[in-house]
Amino acid sequence: MTYTPKAGVGSAAPPTQAGPSVPAVPAAPSRAVRPSSTVSTVSPAPSSPGGPGEPPRRTAFAEGLDQLRAAATTEPGRLRIIGAALALLVVAFGAVAAWQMADRSAAADDVLGSSQPLSVAAADVYRSLADANTAASSGFLAGGQETPQSRDRYERNIKEAADGLAEAAAASEPGSSSARTVAELGKLLPEYKGLVERARANNRLGYPLGGAYLRYANDKMQDEMLPRAERLYKNENQRLRDDYDAATPYPWAAIGLGLLALGTLVWAQRRNYRRTNRVLNHGLVAATAACSVVLLWLVLGHTLARSGLNDSYDHGVRSLNVLNDARIASLKARGNENLTLVSRGAEITGDGEDKFDAAYQDEMRTLSRYLTAAADIADDKAGEAPVEAATGNMEVWQERHREARDADTGGDYQTALDKVIGTPDKKPTGECFDAVDDNLKKALTHEQNEFREAARDGRRAMSGLPPGSAALAVLAAAGAVLGIGRRLSEYR
Amino acid sequence: MSAIRRLRASAKGWGGVGAMVVACALTAVLALLPLRDARGSGDAGLGGPGAARVTYATAEDCTEPEKKSPAPSTDESGVTIEKIKERGYLIVGVDQNSYRWGYRDPNSAKAGGELEGFDIDLAHEIADRILGSGRPDNIRFRAIPTNQRIPAIQKGEVDMVVRTMTISCTRLEEVTFSAPYFKTGQQVLAPRSSPVGGYDETLADQRICAAEGSIALETLRNDKADGDLPPSATIAEPVPNQLDCLVRLQLGEVDAVVTDGALAASQAAQDPTVELKGRPFTTEYYGVAMRKGADDLVRRVNRILEDYRESGWQESYEDWLSPTLGDDWSKSLPPPPDYR
Repeated sequence: MTYTPKAGVGSAAPPTQAGPSVPAVPAAPSRAVRPSSTVSTVSPAPSSPGGPGEPPRRTAFAEGLDQLRAAATTEPGRLRIIGAALALLVVAFGAVAAWQMADRSAAADDVLGSSQPLSVAAADVYRSLADANTAASSGFLAGGQETPQSRDRYERNIKEAADGLAEAAAASEPGSSSARTVAELGKLLPEYKGLVERARANNRLGYPLGGAYLRYANDKMQDEMLPRAERLYKNENQRLRDDYDAATPYPWAAIGLGLLALGTLVWAQRRNYRRTNRVLNHGLVAATAACSVVLLWLVLGHTLARSGLNDSYDHGVRSLNVLNDARIASLKARGNENLTLVSRGAEITGDGEDKFDAAYQDEMRTLSRYLTAAADIADDKAGEAPVEAATGNMEVWQERHREARDADTGGDYQTALDKVIGTPDKKPTGECFDAVDDNLKKALTHEQNEFREAARDGRRAMSGLPPGSAALAVLAAAGAVLGIGRRLSEYR
Repeated sequence: MSAIRRLRASAKGWGGVGAMVVACALTAVLALLPLRDARGSGDAGLGGPGAARVTYATAEDCTEPEKKSPAPSTDESGVTIEKIKERGYLIVGVDQNSYRWGYRDPNSAKAGGELEGFDIDLAHEIADRILGSGRPDNIRFRAIPTNQRIPAIQKGEVDMVVRTMTISCTRLEEVTFSAPYFKTGQQVLAPRSSPVGGYDETLADQRICAAEGSIALETLRNDKADGDLPPSATIAEPVPNQLDCLVRLQLGEVDAVVTDGALAASQAAQDPTVELKGRPFTTEYYGVAMRKGADDLVRRVNRILEDYRESGWQESYEDWLSPTLGDDWSKSLPPPPDYR
């Protein structure tokens, strides 16, 4: 120990500085023993340790324990122990607080910077695949040569899906189920594109084979690709939920330790008051104040952060999820509506209904359910308005769709076609679909901003907490040690 | 399975000749398992040939199904025709995926790509003759899948089906057919480079495609069960439309397609790398299918068909089918009809 030289000066020597006395707990009682023990350790060491006749050496730990026990019998010894315990508690409190808050703010960073953007990317993959399929079928309905708009829309969506997949691939852990799903989608996308190109080429030649290829491509999209994209989207949403779950719980260990440290500080001051009748010990008061600040900051800051994050989930993420689901349902419904006209009854469900019209009805029911849910969750006018507008568009869509179907089943194909992809004067369902899509896009942008603001507020409430609590805890520990040291110096 | 085991056990007792007899019986039993199930399993060894005779007995009752149509008439006072006239238009079930039979040409000058083809011409002719040719809206087409042709007629969703529909004995139990208006036969379609040479042993190890509810699929399944197909030939998962077979063929998911020669030719016309292999291995006639009991309509259609044979049929053939089936229309024109 560093204090052994001092011991040689004699028991009368007063410890001039109380500061470094923290680790010197065993110093006081050992003074009498130290010289002899120093000698005894030094002398046999060079020759043979534990020579014959000498009693076996005791371990350093056992000796330390004895010294501690001896120390506890004298007041300065007790003070040293209390000082050490206080310092340890306060430093532990600071460390645990810093560690737990670092964890939480890292999770909050993930929410803001990685898992939420990834969940958006996965939703984009899902949406752009459904959108591409819809655009392909729309282009097909237009005749031998698809319109530039439908071609652009198709190409743009394929590109977006490929970009989204690349992003998801870079962000997913190797070997995870997300990584596998991304890889599978990466293989299916070119296959799908190949089928659509074959459909286009045959359609241009005027062959009905084109329609058969389009139905085949659609099956690939509906049965193999969209379910995978949906799984990816669900996985990423789960990851986001997990990050929220890691960011929001109260740091109970730190709070418990903080309360314990504060309690011990109060007890030490009470003891001090009882023994000396002095009310204030500057060091201990400073330590108490610093600890209180850390604890308050911890609880308040986290409560704020938590409420911001919970807000961002309740008003942002939940709305985003429902709106994304609604948008995908409307895209699928539109795709199926188109295919009803492409296939013209070529495939029938078990109940004898047109396969694509049945799928359209299903998706419309889903859309209606999600829109109702979105209206329920929406918490402000700006969020509600587009959802309400989309609901109105959907109702008109359903009405017009019925007219189109009636015309088609009545054998009036041209009217049915006009009612689905015709020019605006024919009041086609395409208008309604576009309006639903636009309104949902508007609502999504709004909710994404809500999310970002709330999550940023939450994140900001946490910032500075880890280093701040660590620094304050060190200050508090120093205060405690100084305060105890001051009392201790009175014994010298 | 226990029946088969018992059968094998009894085969040992019969000796060599007996075993052969039983083996033949076993094949028949397997093919006709549903029929056989009703009988006791004790007489399984002898039941096989008996059961076989039972099925062929129904077939014997109905030979030449194309000659079971009622005689033609010009009478339009029947209830069925009355209803159509009242409605003002004829509802016809057609196909939109059969190139040059019933399809939509996306590049056609007509708005929206109206349906066109040989079947569509005939449907127009029928509508024009019953309802008058003055109005273009005297007909409504409904595209129906292969396996929905009969249900659509039975449910009254269409007045008639003009959709490359073969007149067959089993179908005659559910609908009434007009006199035949086209002659064809089942044929094999495969890539030019394929080893498949026709409906024979060259189909070994090949995956064969046919449409759900088609005569082709029925034939394939029966022949597979009877052992007329090479055992290694597999019947692929049936598709909704014969054209979907060409998609699978181009994608390498199947090796050969079996369908009516007329439709196989339409497929070959859309892909120059495939061709018809071998001769047609059946003779079939297409007819216009109508609801059972609507004899007034059937007679009227038969009258229209008689006239159509004289004028219209050949022009329509030349318009639509010459490019795919060849200029010789006479082998596709059915012989003058016999009525029941």
